[in-house]
Amino acid sequence: MTARRQTDLFAAPGESAATAIPVSILTETARDVIEGAFPLVWVRGEVTSFKQHRNGHWYFCLADGLSQVKCVVWSRDQRRIPAPPDDGMQVVARGQLTVYPARGEMQMVVNAMEAEGDGLQRKAVERTLRVLERDGLLATQRGPRPLPRLPRCVAVVTSPDGAAIRDVVAVARRRAPNVRIVLVPAAVQGDGAPESLCTALQRLAAWRGADVAIVGRGGGGKEDLRAFNDEEVARAVAALPMPVVSAVGHEVDTTVCDLVADVRAPTPSAAAEAAVPVLADLRDEVDALRRSLITAVGRRFSDARARVDDIAKATRIAAQRLVERKRAAATALGGRLHALSPLATLARGYAVPRDARGATLGSASSFAAGLPFELLLHDGSVAARAEDVRIDPR
Amino acid sequence: MTPPRPDATYESEIARLEEIVDLLATDGVSLDEALRLFEEGVARLRAVTGRLAAAEERIALLTEREDGSYALDDLDG
Repeated sequence: MTARRQTDLFAAPGESAATAIPVSILTETARDVIEGAFPLVWVRGEVTSFKQHRNGHWYFCLADGLSQVKCVVWSRDQRRIPAPPDDGMQVVARGQLTVYPARGEMQMVVNAMEAEGDGLQRKAVERTLRVLERDGLLATQRGPRPLPRLPRCVAVVTSPDGAAIRDVVAVARRRAPNVRIVLVPAAVQGDGAPESLCTALQRLAAWRGADVAIVGRGGGGKEDLRAFNDEEVARAVAALPMPVVSAVGHEVDTTVCDLVADVRAPTPSAAAEAAVPVLADLRDEVDALRRSLITAVGRRFSDARARVDDIAKATRIAAQRLVERKRAAATALGGRLHALSPLATLARGYAVPRDARGATLGSASSFAAGLPFELLLHDGSVAARAEDVRIDPR
Repeated sequence: MTPPRPDATYESEIARLEEIVDLLATDGVSLDEALRLFEEGVARLRAVTGRLAAAEERIALLTEREDGSYALDDLDG
């Protein structure tokens, strides 16, 4: 360069400070050069940060661990691709390498793509799952623990700055304001997130003050899920002494934490709904039990009273029957007695003489002239005196 | 009568209450036993109602002290 300094006046554009070119000329030139140098080319890589924009275009990165290239699929080109790729998917994509001048970024305009099976990240997750499964730590292996019907304290392991804690608190306050919410702060994304989550989970396990835990974060990109696919984080979740609800805020991707937790919720709000009951529902339930208890005991005692009443009634009837039987027997006896009574004979017109002591004078020889006696008739008696005594000869 | 334990879970209280209602509905228990069960049920109802009526809790932050013990710092909910 020093050798050519004196020829600056004749320098080509951009060759010297005096002929500096604007950025747009640079990027446009770069675009032309790159587009000219690269024909349509097939590239192999892992899809990351896939996003379907509102305008319908797909944006993502192709990466291979060392490098990445930004890619776009215009909506008009999507017809030739069977389905949008998922993050982590290994693909081969055909496209035109170019430069997007507004950002000065190199990007590939992709118009064909074939998936090559699962991506590296997915494979890593599967490897972690295999290890956890070997150790029996997946919820399906352990048998998911039931969540308490009425927790006293819900611990939330998440970022103190994220939307997750706000959502959990809002839902919990609405459902049961007497449930305590304890935030156990942790970084949920970035390089230190796994260590931060592990520390928070271990602190919660040691504290033991909560009877249910929510672990998670709000929505985010695929890269942000890394901490929740971390093996050590999953082990710390599995080691919590209380039931755990995972809320990693990603409906499509299942994280390792989701599979270790007792309950998987799609969002922190849903996690709060799973962990915190509606207080009014519990009150209704208790009121129903109160009514059942009173009804049951009332019926039990009214049954007993009815039984006593039945017995009393049966006793009364039995007693009445007994009296009637006795009365009938007595009447029958009276009839027989009457038939045998001398009074019946008297009624036919006979009379019985009796002396002053009441002894029957049954023989003429019992009389003497002038003896006073009494004649007993069926309807009374007559005082009499013997006039003469005649004894029949035998 | 087994008094309701203060650390009994809500589930166990509800389960026992349901059991008491079932027992009362059968003829298997004597009247004395029924009365005893009813009294136990009333005590347990009082316990669960008390738990449902507990005062509003604040949001807290779990922090670890230097000595390794734990503290709850109030946060504004």
